[in-house]
Amino acid sequence: MNPTQLITRRRMLLGGLASLGGLLAAGCSKQSPPTYGNLLRMGDNFTYAAHRALLSGRGIAKEYSRSQISSFPATGCVNPATVELDPVSGKKPSELYARLQARAFADWKLSVEGLVARPATFSLADLKQLSSRTHITKMMCEEGWSGIAEWTGVPLRLVLEATGILPQARWVNFKTFDDFPENLDMLDALHPQTLLTYGMNGRDLAIPHGAPVRLRVTTQLGYKSVKYLQRIIVTEDFDDGGKNGDIQTGWSWYAGI
Amino acid sequence: MGKSDSSSGDSRHSVWVRITHWMGAASFIILAISGALILMAHPRLYWGESGNDLTPAWLELPISKNHRHGGWSSNGPFFEGRNSPVSASRTFQIFNENGWSRSLHFLAAWLLVAPGIFYVLAGLCIGHFRRNFLLGTDELKGSGFWEDVRNHVRFRIRPATGGPQYGLLQKCAYLGVVFVGCPLTVMSGLAMSPMITSDYPFLSDMFGGMQSARSIHFLAFVLLLLFSVVHVIMVIKSGFRRQMTAMTIGN
Repeated sequence: MNPTQLITRRRMLLGGLASLGGLLAAGCSKQSPPTYGNLLRMGDNFTYAAHRALLSGRGIAKEYSRSQISSFPATGCVNPATVELDPVSGKKPSELYARLQARAFADWKLSVEGLVARPATFSLADLKQLSSRTHITKMMCEEGWSGIAEWTGVPLRLVLEATGILPQARWVNFKTFDDFPENLDMLDALHPQTLLTYGMNGRDLAIPHGAPVRLRVTTQLGYKSVKYLQRIIVTEDFDDGGKNGDIQTGWSWYAGI
Repeated sequence: MGKSDSSSGDSRHSVWVRITHWMGAASFIILAISGALILMAHPRLYWGESGNDLTPAWLELPISKNHRHGGWSSNGPFFEGRNSPVSASRTFQIFNENGWSRSLHFLAAWLLVAPGIFYVLAGLCIGHFRRNFLLGTDELKGSGFWEDVRNHVRFRIRPATGGPQYGLLQKCAYLGVVFVGCPLTVMSGLAMSPMITSDYPFLSDMFGGMQSARSIHFLAFVLLLLFSVVHVIMVIKSGFRRQMTAMTIGN
């Protein structure tokens, strides 16, 4: 091997490593969720940064025809009122949810608070009065299975715009009756297919699938589409959701892959 | 032995080949282990766009307790009529280590893809593939191919040369891994990403749907695993110490 060749090859290697380092640095900036020094969470953030850098984030997930609707398992919590929720996390059944369920969710209210100009609460009837969107899309579970269903709801974007998102808002956080805290960045929160879903396959959303209202995010895996919504809080700082949040339970916050 | 610019091939493994080889090998081992763990969470494979415990699978692997479990409480059909899709609630805890194994899988995938892109570009620019991988016209003439097959079947393996002086079948195997096996696993992997397929739906469509892509991801892995097993046997058979020296310190 002659010396000039060696230099070009080394330069190529260095060039490649430098550009990789640039992406890694972007992945570890304060734009991203905390890693708490965990190498896997750094990798998650790196993938998140790469997706945000290389993809538009505005692509529309494939929509299907009614004949392609498939059977659909309900997993995770299937009723916050009665289920012995996950024994590992020690979650307790929700008495409030039991009371709401007894009155067919007539008293259910979704509060939208935080960095919004006009914090508000929405009843199920309020949400149904806003213009709705229906899409037949596939939900992919991190476990490996997938199901196709018709989802009907109000785009989260409409609700956030109705309450007036403040300019410094960065994250949209969700609190649920099954204590499964989640959050989205603004790009996913404002995505046109992101719905506050109250209908599934032409009927009211059933309890095992998240009644009365669940989130539906088409650009990420199923666990981001949290069920049993209770509160929406818009923030500037990232909220990891505490001990039941993705990061502290050892899961990737970003689930676009 | 020829010089690196001669058409007969390089005399020994270049430093960038050695580095990318071991990065690829490390990532393959991590991907295989984490991938197996991910599959254990749902050891059922399907064709088409969707598939789950309530729909038929083409392959059920008995690799975890999640295989062929019962424990579903029916929520009934979604529509009127006999063939309506149904809903059911899971009533038991499954085996699921996907929290860390998925994150590890994607971290290792970067370790495969980043050096992999560099390797392919470098191999094309420097002429590594043309000199060392491409089958010569003289090699393809006559009975060379069948003789190489016969030698492999009879386990008569040439001793190591310490460089990329590859045999006919060996070249075919490396071309298959670099230009078919690895790209297929990467593409079928990307085809399972909801974010990537929202921007590039053709990725999923060209496999016939997300669950087909998942099945092909698994089958392509099985082929790469077979290659790895044969590769290691050949390394041992042709002189383990000589081969390892050639692929590490380069002599």
